Amino acid sequence: MSLHARRRRAAVQWPTLGWLTVVWVLLWGEVSVGNVLAGLLVALAVSVATPLPPIAAGGRVRPVACARLVGRFAVDVVVASFQVGVQAFRPRPPQSAVIGVRLRSSSDLYLTLTAELCSLVPGSVVVEAHRLTGTLYLHVLDVDGPEGIEAARRRVLEQEERVLRAFASDAQLAAAGLGAPRPSAPVTPEVHA
Amino acid sequence: MTAVVLVCAVLLAAAAILAVVRAERGPSMLDRTVALDVLTTTLVAFVGLEAAWSRRTDTIPVLVALSLVGFVGSVTIARFASREPPGEGRVRTREEIARDEAAREEAVRAAGGLDGTGPADGVDGGRG
Amino acid sequence: MGVVSWSAVADVLAALCLLGGALLAFAAGVGVVRFPDLLARMHSATKPQVLGLVLVLIGLALRLRSGPALWMLVLVAVFQMLTSPVAAHMVGRAGYRTGKVRQELLVVDELTADQDAARRAAGLDADGDPHGAHRS
Repeated sequence: MSLHARRRRAAVQWPTLGWLTVVWVLLWGEVSVGNVLAGLLVALAVSVATPLPPIAAGGRVRPVACARLVGRFAVDVVVASFQVGVQAFRPRPPQSAVIGVRLRSSSDLYLTLTAELCSLVPGSVVVEAHRLTGTLYLHVLDVDGPEGIEAARRRVLEQEERVLRAFASDAQLAAAGLGAPRPSAPVTPEVHA
Repeated sequence: MTAVVLVCAVLLAAAAILAVVRAERGPSMLDRTVALDVLTTTLVAFVGLEAAWSRRTDTIPVLVALSLVGFVGSVTIARFASREPPGEGRVRTREEIARDEAAREEAVRAAGGLDGTGPADGVDGGRG
Repeated sequence: MGVVSWSAVADVLAALCLLGGALLAFAAGVGVVRFPDLLARMHSATKPQVLGLVLVLIGLALRLRSGPALWMLVLVAVFQMLTSPVAAHMVGRAGYRTGKVRQELLVVDELTADQDAARRAAGLDADGDPHGAHRS
């Protein structure tokens, strides 16, 4: 608890404001001036009444990597959902395992995102997250021996890599040991500051 | 469409019944929570199915509300249950209740015989 | 003619989505009853449900095809995806901490091993844990 930077500033968080406004407009179902204004007011009231500590993101959004993250996630969810569904009908009970995966980045935001995505993909659920060491402990349904465990570990790390490539800054990528840009990405030498 | 909706409704009803079975059987509070989660989601799917069948939109706010607050119950119970000792939260069977009752009556009778110094504490401590 | 056939296609797709969603919900129900321990049941409960619900919502959207209600369906899916991992994590953690994981069904358990190591490092014995995560 002492790690939280509680209410450091009452600064307005524009992303939160925007997201809450979008939710409001979607709930009303039509984009009109009145809806957007009312949504802004409600969002402002919510973020003033229940302030959250600011998220130290410091990253940037890469659209291509984002699309890759979302696409791969959708495929994973569909495939794994049916696998778990089939598993429910097998006579043999599943061989589960609890594995610990040490993530490479140390940011809370990416830890949370990775944990959330891993929890949404069927067959793995995060039972414990250790913030200080950046370790996720997952319960994996139906692993097949040691190689299955290694595969599950690799899946989590790949998930984290996709998250980092989608949202982290170059410095954070380098710190996580993922500095090398993908071959398809244009290499821009940073000569000038 | 009607046939498909009927098949879906049967499947969803079966899912709901299975969830209720687990909620009844579930050895711990958390198992019941999970089962009720399934029940809630099945309910959401049912409302969606009905809306798809009759092409109505007025029940969609129900879906929004359920999807927003459906997890509150699970989280609350999980908060409380994280201190639950194993074996607690189990609904006793009829025989167990009968046995406990008999033991308690026995204890009361023994306590009467021993002038109030009976071992009443040790007997009904099962549901302490 | 074109309009009619498009709506027919949409109806067929909607029927397929609804069927898929209902099948996944049914599988979740079966899993919840059949799986041997709490965490396995949770896999079956929370996750195929998300895809099942999304499929039902897509089917519903294909039936409705228009109107502001579609955006509400998007919201339902987003809310479900945001909230269900929270519930799964809380229940899973509580279950693990209170020893509702059947250790004999696990292939490996690195969390208990790490906890034991941390406890030894802190100078406590294994009984120092008030709610033993591992049953002996």
